[in-house]
Amino acid sequence: MTIRTPERIVGEGAQVGRSMPRVDAGEKLRGEARYVGDMSVPGMLHGKVLRSPFPHARIISIDVSAALALPGVVAVLTGEDTLDIDPYWGHAIKDRPIVAIGEVRFVGEPVAAVAAEDEATAEAALAEIVVEYEELPVVGTLDDALAADAPLVHDGPIRPGLFHGLGTLPDRDGNICYRYGFERGSVDEVFEQAEIVVEGEYTFPGVYQYAMETHSVIAQWEGGEVTLWATCQHPFLVRAEIAALFDLPLGRVRIIVPYLGGGFGSKSYTKMEPITVALARKAGRPVRIVNRVDESMVTTRRHGAKTWMRTAADRSGRLLAREARVWFDTGAYADNGPRVTATGADSAPGPYRWSGVRVEASCVHTHTAPSGSYRAFGASHVQWAGELQVDEVARRAGIDPVEIRRLNLLTPGEQVRPGGKPLDADLIGDIRKVADALGWDEPREPGIGRGISVGLLAAGAHPVSSAIVRLEADGEAIVLVGSTEMGQGQRTAFAQIAAEVLAMPAERIRCQGTDTRFTPYDRSTGASRSTTLAGLAVQRAAAEVRADLMEIAGKVWPDAGDAVELRDGAAWWKGERRSYPELIARRFGLSGGQLIGEGGVHPEGTGSYAEGPVFWEVCIGAAEVHVDRETGVVSVRRTATVADVGTAINPLLVERQDEGATMQGIGNALLEEMVYREGMLLNDSLLDYRIPTIEDLPPEQVCVIVENADGPGPFGAKGCGEGAFAGIIAAIATAVADAGVRVDELPLTPERVWRSSQGQPKEDAKG
Amino acid sequence: MRYETSFRLNGTPVSVSVEPSRTLLHVLREDLGMTGTKEGCTDSECGACMVLLDGEPLNACSYLAVQADGREVTTVEGLSAPDGSLSALQRAFLAHGGVQCGFCTPGMLISATALLARDPDPAEETVRAALSGNLCRCTGYQGIVQAVRSAAAEIREG
Repeated sequence: MTIRTPERIVGEGAQVGRSMPRVDAGEKLRGEARYVGDMSVPGMLHGKVLRSPFPHARIISIDVSAALALPGVVAVLTGEDTLDIDPYWGHAIKDRPIVAIGEVRFVGEPVAAVAAEDEATAEAALAEIVVEYEELPVVGTLDDALAADAPLVHDGPIRPGLFHGLGTLPDRDGNICYRYGFERGSVDEVFEQAEIVVEGEYTFPGVYQYAMETHSVIAQWEGGEVTLWATCQHPFLVRAEIAALFDLPLGRVRIIVPYLGGGFGSKSYTKMEPITVALARKAGRPVRIVNRVDESMVTTRRHGAKTWMRTAADRSGRLLAREARVWFDTGAYADNGPRVTATGADSAPGPYRWSGVRVEASCVHTHTAPSGSYRAFGASHVQWAGELQVDEVARRAGIDPVEIRRLNLLTPGEQVRPGGKPLDADLIGDIRKVADALGWDEPREPGIGRGISVGLLAAGAHPVSSAIVRLEADGEAIVLVGSTEMGQGQRTAFAQIAAEVLAMPAERIRCQGTDTRFTPYDRSTGASRSTTLAGLAVQRAAAEVRADLMEIAGKVWPDAGDAVELRDGAAWWKGERRSYPELIARRFGLSGGQLIGEGGVHPEGTGSYAEGPVFWEVCIGAAEVHVDRETGVVSVRRTATVADVGTAINPLLVERQDEGATMQGIGNALLEEMVYREGMLLNDSLLDYRIPTIEDLPPEQVCVIVENADGPGPFGAKGCGEGAFAGIIAAIATAVADAGVRVDELPLTPERVWRSSQGQPKEDAKG
Repeated sequence: MRYETSFRLNGTPVSVSVEPSRTLLHVLREDLGMTGTKEGCTDSECGACMVLLDGEPLNACSYLAVQADGREVTTVEGLSAPDGSLSALQRAFLAHGGVQCGFCTPGMLISATALLARDPDPAEETVRAALSGNLCRCTGYQGIVQAVRSAAAEIREG
C-alpha cells in the first residue's frame, strides 16, 4: 500500500509522476533479457578459480603441470603470471593481488585460475592443481585483530587506490587500515553532569548481499584492447582500474554492461574483472568466469561491526551528547571499507541536536572475506544502536518514542556536520507520517512491540554524471547514460525524465546499457544517486534537444516567439502542428538527422567527501512485531517506511524500492549472518544462509511517499531505496526491545531472543 | 557416452545428444540456447532455474537432461504467445511492478503458471506457499503476490 503526501497534481500528459510500467519488463518477462552469464563471444573459454581452503597460509609451491596436461585446458594462471605488472588493485587501498602471491589471507582467496574449452574440464583441472601451504596464525574476529599482540593481516605501507575519495589516507595502525572520527562541542563535561546516561555495546553481523546473479565477467583481448562484459555497477571506475592495472590507456579498455541480476553494492567497484582479464591475457583467448554463490559470498560482503555507544540526556528527554566508537570488520582486503567506515561514523550521532558529539570509527582487517558496499552501509550498522539508546532515554524520561524524536530532531537547514550539506528534509513531518501509517497510537496486545527509527545517510556519492539524448528522425529518442540498470528501474526513470522535458511519451524513449566506448561518463551506480545525478544529466541533455526543437519551430513560425508549445511529440502554434520528425526534416533535409543534447553534472566545490553529501537520504522505518517468549521467534506484523523522495518520478518504482529494502532489512535484522569460526565460513550456501522468502512478507506493509520537491535532482527529486533498509533494521530492533527483550546483537534469531528473554533483564545503562 | 534425448520444448520437438551427467538446465541454456531460464544457486534453493516438466514446476539445475526424454518441457520463453504477446500472468507482473532485476522472474512465472493451472482462485497464503521456493532479493515480493492474484482474477473472468 502507498500513501503519497502531499497529493501532487500533475498535468495531463505529464511523464514525471506516473507509475508507468517498467520499460525493461517486457524483455525480462519473455526471458529475452540478457545477463553476462547468458552471453558468449567467439572462441570463448570457460574460467574457474581455485580458491584458498585456509584463512591464512603461506604458499610454498603450486604445481599446475597435471592440470595443464588435461585435454581441453588452455591456460592456468597463478600469481607468478602477474609479476610483469603491478598486480595489486583496490579502489580505496591497493592491497589485493589479482591472484594470491606467496600468501593467502581468507578462505576463498583466488590461488589459481584455469581456462578450458568447457566448464566441466575447467572444474576438473582445478582438482589437478597441487598447492602446498604452510598454515599461519589466524586473525578471526575484530577482538583478535585488535589484541595487542595480534598477527598483522597486512604489514606494508598503505597504497591509496584511485577512488577512495577520502583525502590523505593515514598510515596503518596494527590491523587498522583506516580511521575516521570527529568531535564537536563538550562531550566529557556533559556526560559527567547528565541526568540520564545510556551506554551499551552492539554487534552487527557480516552479511551477504545476495544479488541473485553472481559476479560474472567475459574478458577479451583483441587488437591491443580489452573488452569486458561485466556485472558492474560502476563501469567507468572499473575501466580506470583495469587500465591502470594492465597499463593501458582508458580508451583501450571497453566495458559493456548488460542487465544486472541485482547489485545492492555487491557489484560496485572492481570485483572479478582483474582475474578474468589476466586469465584471458594468459590464454590468448576470451574467457568467461561466472561465480558460484559460495564464491560470490566471499568476493565481497557487508562488514560485521561492533559499536560501543553512550548517550546523555536531561530528565525531560532532551538529548545532550553522544559518544561512539565503531569497529568495522573489513576482512582481508580493504574493498570499500574506508568509505563504509566514514559513512558509518557520520550516521552514528543520528539526526539530532547535540551539545557534544565524539565519534571514532576504525576499519579493521581480519582473515575473513573482504567487505565492501551493501545498501545503506554505515547507517545500517549503527542506526539501530543509537535508536535503542534514544528509546531508553525516552523510557527513563517517561515520554513517548515519537515525542522524544520530535523534541530533538534537526529541522531543515540545520547543520548535520560542520562544513557539509545542511539538512534537506522534514524529518519531524516524516516520523509523524510513518507513526500514523503504522498505527502507533493504537492499543497494543501482550507480546507486541512497536518501534520507530530515524536516521540519515550521506547519499549521492561523488557528483559526476553525464548523459546524451538523441532525438531521431522518426521522433523516437535514445538516452545514453553510464548508470547501470540493476533492477532499481533507472532506465524507466530516465525515459520519464527525458520525456517530460521533450513533451513526448516515455514509451518512445530507449535507454540502453552502458558501453564505455559510446556512453558518456558516469561515476557510479549506488548511494541512491542515479535518479538524482544521472537523472539531472538526462534532464539537462534533453533540455538541449528541446532548445533545438524550439529554435527550428522559430524558423517554421517566425512570428511565434516564445508562444510555441511542445506537446505530445509535436510543436504547436495557433492550432498548427509540426511533429518532431517534421521539425528534424526541416533542419536536415529529407534524409533526416539527429538532434543531440548533452548534459552534465559536476561538483560545485572540490567534490570532497567533507563538502557533501549531495543529499541526506532519510532512513525512517517503523515496525510492529510479535515476540514469542517461549520460542524466541520474532514475527514482523506490520511495517511502514518513508520514501522522502522530493518528487516521485515513478511512484510504483519508489514503492517497490522501499518494499525491497524492507525485506532486506527484515533479513538483516532477523535472519542473516555469515557465521565464521577461526576464519572458516560455516554457512556458505543458500541452504544454510537464509534470506527472506515470500513467506516472510509481513501481513501489512505501508510505504509513505513524501514529495516536498526538496531534492537536488530533476524536478526536485532525490534518491531512495537505501534509507528504508537502515530504518527497518532499527525499527525491528527497537520494536523487539519494546516487547521487553534486551537487544544488543543482530540478527535476532530465535535462539538469541529466547536466551535474552529467559535471562535476567540486563540494565542498558551502566552510567 | 552420449544419449539421444528427445522432448517437446515449448511445444516443438527437439532432440539433443547429451552426456548422462549433464543437467537439464545446462542443456537448455548451452545446447539449445534457451537462456531465459537462469542459473542461480545450482542447489535447488533459489528457483531461478525453474521450468515446467509435464506442467509441474521443477528446478532444472538438479534434474538430468536425459530424464526429460519423451516429456514436455516449458521454459519462460514458452509462456508468451508465438507473436510475443504476454500471458495474463506476465501482463499482471508488468502492471503490478512484480519485476525488478528480472533474474528471479522466469522462475517466478513458472511457479505461478503451475499454481494458476491447478488453482484458479488461490488465497494469498496459497500464493505464498506456491512461490516459497522462488527467492527474490529486489522486489520484496509484494508486487509478485499482487500480480498472481490479479492474474487469477483476470483468467477467471475470461
